Amino acid sequence: MRQTGASSPAAGESQLTLSFSDGRPGLSPTETVKRAPKPKPAAAKTRPGRTRGLSAEDMARQQREISVSEFFAKNRHLLGFDNKRKAMLTTVKEAVDNSLDACEEAGILPDIWIEVSQLTEDRFCVCVRDNGPGIVKQQIPNIFGKLLYGSKFHRLKMARGQQGIGISAAGMYGLLTTGKPISIISRIAGKKDAHHYKLAIDTKKNKPDIIHDDAVEVDWEHGTRVEIELEASYAKGRQSVDEYVEQTAIANPHGSFAYQLPTGEVREYPRSVHELPPAPREIKPHPYGIELGTLMKMLKETECQQVGAFLQTEFSRVSPTISRSVCDTAGLTPRTWVKTVDPQTAEKLFNALQKTRIMAPATNCLAPIGAEAILAGLLKGIKAEFYTATTRPPAVYRGNPFQIEVGIAYGGELGGDWLRSDKSNGDASAPPETRVLRFANRVPLLYQQSGCSMYRSVVETGWNKYGLSQSRGSLPAAPMVVLVHMASVWVPFTSESKEAIADYDEIRKEIKLAIAECGRRLGVLLRRKRTKVAYARRRDVFTRYIDEVVNAVGEMTRVNRTEFRGHLLKLSERYTAAADMDFDDHGKVIRKSAEPGLADTVVVDRSDDGEPDEPEQGVLFEDEAPPPPTRKPARPRRKK
Amino acid sequence: MPKTPKKPKASASAATPSPRRAKRDGQATQARLAKLADAVVALAEKQKDPFVDIPIRALSNVSFNEKTRYIEMGDKTQRRNFFNYGQAKRFMQTVLVASKCKQLVDEDKTASIRQIYYLAKHTIKGTNEKTFDDQDESDPVLEDLEVALDSLREELHIFASNRGNLVGPITLVDSGNELDCTRMGSAGYAVPSIVEPDIIQFKKCKAKFILHVEKDTVWRRFYEDRFWEKHNCIVSHGSGQPTRGMRRLLHRMHNELKLPVYALLDCDPWGYYIYSVIKQGSINLAYESRRMAVPEAVFIGVSAFDYERYDLSDDVKLGLDSADVKRCKQILAYPWFAGKRPWEKEIKKLVRNGFKMEVEALCNKSLSFVTEEYVPAKLKDRKQWLD
Repeated sequence: MRQTGASSPAAGESQLTLSFSDGRPGLSPTETVKRAPKPKPAAAKTRPGRTRGLSAEDMARQQREISVSEFFAKNRHLLGFDNKRKAMLTTVKEAVDNSLDACEEAGILPDIWIEVSQLTEDRFCVCVRDNGPGIVKQQIPNIFGKLLYGSKFHRLKMARGQQGIGISAAGMYGLLTTGKPISIISRIAGKKDAHHYKLAIDTKKNKPDIIHDDAVEVDWEHGTRVEIELEASYAKGRQSVDEYVEQTAIANPHGSFAYQLPTGEVREYPRSVHELPPAPREIKPHPYGIELGTLMKMLKETECQQVGAFLQTEFSRVSPTISRSVCDTAGLTPRTWVKTVDPQTAEKLFNALQKTRIMAPATNCLAPIGAEAILAGLLKGIKAEFYTATTRPPAVYRGNPFQIEVGIAYGGELGGDWLRSDKSNGDASAPPETRVLRFANRVPLLYQQSGCSMYRSVVETGWNKYGLSQSRGSLPAAPMVVLVHMASVWVPFTSESKEAIADYDEIRKEIKLAIAECGRRLGVLLRRKRTKVAYARRRDVFTRYIDEVVNAVGEMTRVNRTEFRGHLLKLSERYTAAADMDFDDHGKVIRKSAEPGLADTVVVDRSDDGEPDEPEQGVLFEDEAPPPPTRKPARPRRKK
Repeated sequence: MPKTPKKPKASASAATPSPRRAKRDGQATQARLAKLADAVVALAEKQKDPFVDIPIRALSNVSFNEKTRYIEMGDKTQRRNFFNYGQAKRFMQTVLVASKCKQLVDEDKTASIRQIYYLAKHTIKGTNEKTFDDQDESDPVLEDLEVALDSLREELHIFASNRGNLVGPITLVDSGNELDCTRMGSAGYAVPSIVEPDIIQFKKCKAKFILHVEKDTVWRRFYEDRFWEKHNCIVSHGSGQPTRGMRRLLHRMHNELKLPVYALLDCDPWGYYIYSVIKQGSINLAYESRRMAVPEAVFIGVSAFDYERYDLSDDVKLGLDSADVKRCKQILAYPWFAGKRPWEKEIKKLVRNGFKMEVEALCNKSLSFVTEEYVPAKLKDRKQWLD
């Protein structure tokens, strides 16, 4: 589904029933509507030349309003219900996205419970519960039983959901495939009981059909629980519910997730950041980000009387001066009555807006995840040995502020360190390919990877310069996860199904800059690791020859061979100290005796890092008759 | 008989030139080896990178002594450290070879350089790496050790394979056996690797000079034509670049028996260099030149001018390639060639000719041309000599 840049003021909670036959504005901004086959009430004509032809009256009888529900029931693929597997994912996703949005808006740290259970081979029950504020009783039927009902459509604000279609569509899909209504239990804090509804959607009327309504007692204080039975299929692996939950947990480290698989296994993703992200702010559209149709619609809907006031109140960054200059350019004055603006004038006004230099929109409306939270999220979801993340400063494309964040996790359980094997032995198994995790406003994007600007930016980055091998036009071959997040008030998806980010130059540039920054840090680590490997090889050579030297020298002069060997080994260790380097999660060298907790590191507690203290010792004396030389403290001896 | 080209300076050269010339007893060598080992141990104990300082055996560390007319080694050394990635193996090999030499001295046995290679070669425990991969690795280590310890090869109880033969009216005692070198059969007397006075003594010598030729095939011609008999001389060869044994023997015969040395070598940069090695010592073994060089040796041929002088045919020509020209330039730049006008002319002529000539090529005239006409003519005409 495509969001729209439109914002009608004060539309807040107003009910919106979109039907296609009623008076649409000439150029509708709601593109969902554009997709619909256009019924043409006035276009029907009798065709005298054709005997078989129906008369205008006949045709008129067939022409009737199409409910948006009906439309989507037939075109469910538009909403992400194209196949059973995807239906499952979409259902979980819509429910979880709603829960997260609700929690964050209410300022509650989200706790989300997800349960997927298998009823028959292709019938599942999805249940999602949150600890959100709950929903007022009267609103429950509308929210869950009506398509295009919600709070997020009429504003320009960074949020997961936008249209108010998702969850009700999921419920509708469930109803269509299983005949079972959607079940909602919601409790508002401080209320004794929770409301329990079972809703069906009357697709003809796009109206909720209340099947069951009572009050129940629940053991949780507040929140909403949604249960949908649907025809679906469950699969593991890529593009699965599992992956969605995992990635959601990564992008929402402030949330706690418990996910019960159909197999009964429960996966928990505990909260790793205990602070809510700052609330994103709602902004007015920027003149550069609108289209002519949008402008016309805004002109129609505005409460302002004069063009000058209209420009200043309905747009961001339009000051009286700018407003005047725009009006001048368009051949109007700020005092021109809005009502007198005809389509031609509107076009002039539109062009004037685009030509005038206007300050970039405010970017404080964005709430990026934040580099530290990304690290925390990656740490929670991925067991790697190196993590880095960066948040770019906000930027603007087509008048829409956006912000790019990139995180990289490398090595560890992703495939370990295969630096060693990449040159020496050719039989080393190919390293796992880099995974790209894409997020838009904290929502994981699982489909259409190759069509996505984020993926392409990763591919187009020259990873060779950061020490990774990469063949042309493909992802680098490395045990790595690259996370790309775009936070924006208006994420430019390539299609309605919200699966890939469109290729705007500004966006791609920012993504690449962020990737480069993380890549450079990874490069530093890899260089250090190479040094370590080189020194280990060096030590290997020294230790290999030490026995030879000890024996040869021992034959030439009287010497305590054990002691002599001890001295040499100590020297060898000293000269190859770099082989003992250990790196923390940021690729920094850990000083062995270093003070715990380096100032600039971020919360990272992994207990399993580090090798045993002196691994070389064991290797060295493996098959030695004499025991390892006791490492006496160096004899006190005078030094020059 | 030609006149002696230059009388060897009796006093200076006959006297033992260096104290190191005299063979030291085994104990001294043992002490030197032990000292090397102790230094390594001491450094390790001080937690310092153990090393062996090895004098550099390269052009950069040799100088030509105008007075003695030898190539002498300078005092530049190169430190061979153990804890240096590039040198660790070399260091290990050096102490390994040293320990094997110690063993030889202790047991009073001698070994060939090839035997040393096998003695010191073994698989390093826990790996499949060998201490030495081939003899080319152990030979230079041995030479390094000689210089580093300031010991002669024979003091380390090492010898090389025999190379070089001689024939002529000389009787010598080799390890107690009296040998008349005119009666040694068609192969002549094989010159051993170690020809020190304790092994070889000169008993009787009727020869008036020594003709040293490059290869055994040429030598064979002189042997068959009984050149040594007709001209009352010793004819020797060194199979190309003469080994230390051959050079040492030439040196001894020249100094002790006062025999002038004439060299008959190919007309190519390689021949010039062989002459240079006989005359002033080699760069690689510069530390040995005092006991090996024959500064009075004379190059009698084949000269680049002989093509016209002896009216040789086209068929003797051998192409001179760019590597040869490069080598010619290098030789000309050596301080012991530089400034010698005849040599400059000679080498420039070779380059101008654009072809090389082998001694064997003289057979092109007639098989015995070299022994019956060429060399006698050369010996008579001092102007054709190159010094």
